[in-house]
Amino acid sequence: MRIVAEHLSYTYNAGTPFAAKALDDVSLTIEEGEFFGVIGQTGSGKSTFVQHLNGLLRTPSSLKRGKKKDGTVLTVGGFDLTDRKTDFRALRRQVGMVFQYPENQLFAETVFSDVAFGYKNFAEKKPEAGEVERAVRDAISVVGLDYERVKDMSPFELSGGQKRRAAIAGVIVTKPEILVLDEPAAGLDPLGKREVMALLHKLKESWCKTVVIVSHDMDEVAENCTRVAVFSEGKVQYVLPPAELFRRTEELLRLGLDIPLTAKLVRALGQRGVTVDCDFTAEDLVRKLLALGGDQC
Amino acid sequence: MANALEYKDVAFSYGEGGFRMEHLNFSVAEGELVAVLGHNGSGKSTLARLANGLLTPDGGEISVFGTVLREKNLFDIRKQVGIVFQNPDSQAVASIVEDDVAFGAENVGLPRKEIGERIGYALRAVGMEEYRTATISRLSGGQKQRVAIAGVLALRPKIMILDEATAMLDPRGRREIAEVVKQLNEREGITVLLITHFMEEALLCSRAVVMNRGEIVMEDAPANIFRRGEELLTYQLALPRIGEIANRLRAGGMNVADALDVDTLAEEIAKCVS
Repeated sequence: MRIVAEHLSYTYNAGTPFAAKALDDVSLTIEEGEFFGVIGQTGSGKSTFVQHLNGLLRTPSSLKRGKKKDGTVLTVGGFDLTDRKTDFRALRRQVGMVFQYPENQLFAETVFSDVAFGYKNFAEKKPEAGEVERAVRDAISVVGLDYERVKDMSPFELSGGQKRRAAIAGVIVTKPEILVLDEPAAGLDPLGKREVMALLHKLKESWCKTVVIVSHDMDEVAENCTRVAVFSEGKVQYVLPPAELFRRTEELLRLGLDIPLTAKLVRALGQRGVTVDCDFTAEDLVRKLLALGGDQC
Repeated sequence: MANALEYKDVAFSYGEGGFRMEHLNFSVAEGELVAVLGHNGSGKSTLARLANGLLTPDGGEISVFGTVLREKNLFDIRKQVGIVFQNPDSQAVASIVEDDVAFGAENVGLPRKEIGERIGYALRAVGMEEYRTATISRLSGGQKQRVAIAGVLALRPKIMILDEATAMLDPRGRREIAEVVKQLNEREGITVLLITHFMEEALLCSRAVVMNRGEIVMEDAPANIFRRGEELLTYQLALPRIGEIANRLRAGGMNVADALDVDTLAEEIAKCVS
């Protein structure tokens, strides 16, 4: 499923003195199969944007009868998110949303029932017991937890990284085609971060078709994403692959954003007269540097 | 002179199974800025919470400026040891900045005039004096954490512990807090224990320790700690990215020296390729 947004705007508390424009004429397409990054400073509109993708935030035309469509386009596969008649429940089965610190949302007595909740909640009709068990077992296993060991444990007995995996299992249990995650690695220790990113790649290979992450960690974005959208003050400034985006160091810094370590190195080398053309993954940078004859040193 | 903070043979567990601290020995001198590193679950937060009696040790002693922490002096110790936690949204008790900063000072029964002065001092120290009457919920994460720090400062503590206080902030918020912490240590002479996963923050410190399974397993200047990559891995910590790139270059035959900042590594590389 492809995600298409055209001329999408959103104002919080519209029509009140507290109105605040969070999205301003955003146009953006995310293709099926991408590992898409959304970056921008706090308050730039990136969370507002991703919350539209499963209908947590909606366009006015999808909420009020008789409200004219205004040229805004927002589609996810065959779902028209500007249309009141769209089956948003069915949409949510297809677009899984993992919030920041999803482990804070674990609530059930056992890991099994926590993960099963999402499945039952979004099921079209009441699922049979065997079907729930199969789905929960698959979801818990694919996130790298030992099903037999954890299924009867309280989610609160798990370690930090395990809790996050369990919370992700509770979202992917409906087998969504698109998985959206708001800062999936935040707050974890460095190895925990790597494990989560490795998990997302695994999920994209075997479980979901498209992964969209919101991130503040530019190294993470440079290493993992196929393309990146840069939000600033409610607008999309760029949509580019990391290899092109991180050449625009000065512009990104001006927007108050960080750049990945690889880009910082390329910049510092440039100031010393060494030009390197790389895609800003560490692997490629090292390869290019060695090819410059640095392996003779 | 007595150490600012001293753990002597401290034992602690959260009950059967799971995490255990058995013989923790660790001390922090007055005026030090010490980084505490370690993977999640290694005991960093336990270390912090033991320091002001939020947790009580099962064995051993903890002393603050030479006074052993006991039930009867708990409140005095807490005035000296302040902790700032991770979540900017769960530490505020009031909706207006100055009310929130005043809370701790009011709680220990300071005179009203003095509280007013301390709010002023604390907000100045964290660079938030313009926000004295602002609504906390409208502040950024970094600003909220600065308010949380100010609330601790209003008690004029001698020791401050930041328990991953920047983990939930964006890069700009993290830099704000790092700046404030450095200043508090240098200008106000506050002893700081900085629990963090970020190399940039640890490098601000004069000393770093690594925890694993409730023990201090490494102790060195921060820059040296990050050069001991093999060891870090055995404690489930990753080598910083910059060290990893240097390692990979060396593995490919480029003889660069270790570096923890971009300019030094770029200099090293430039020497090799030109």
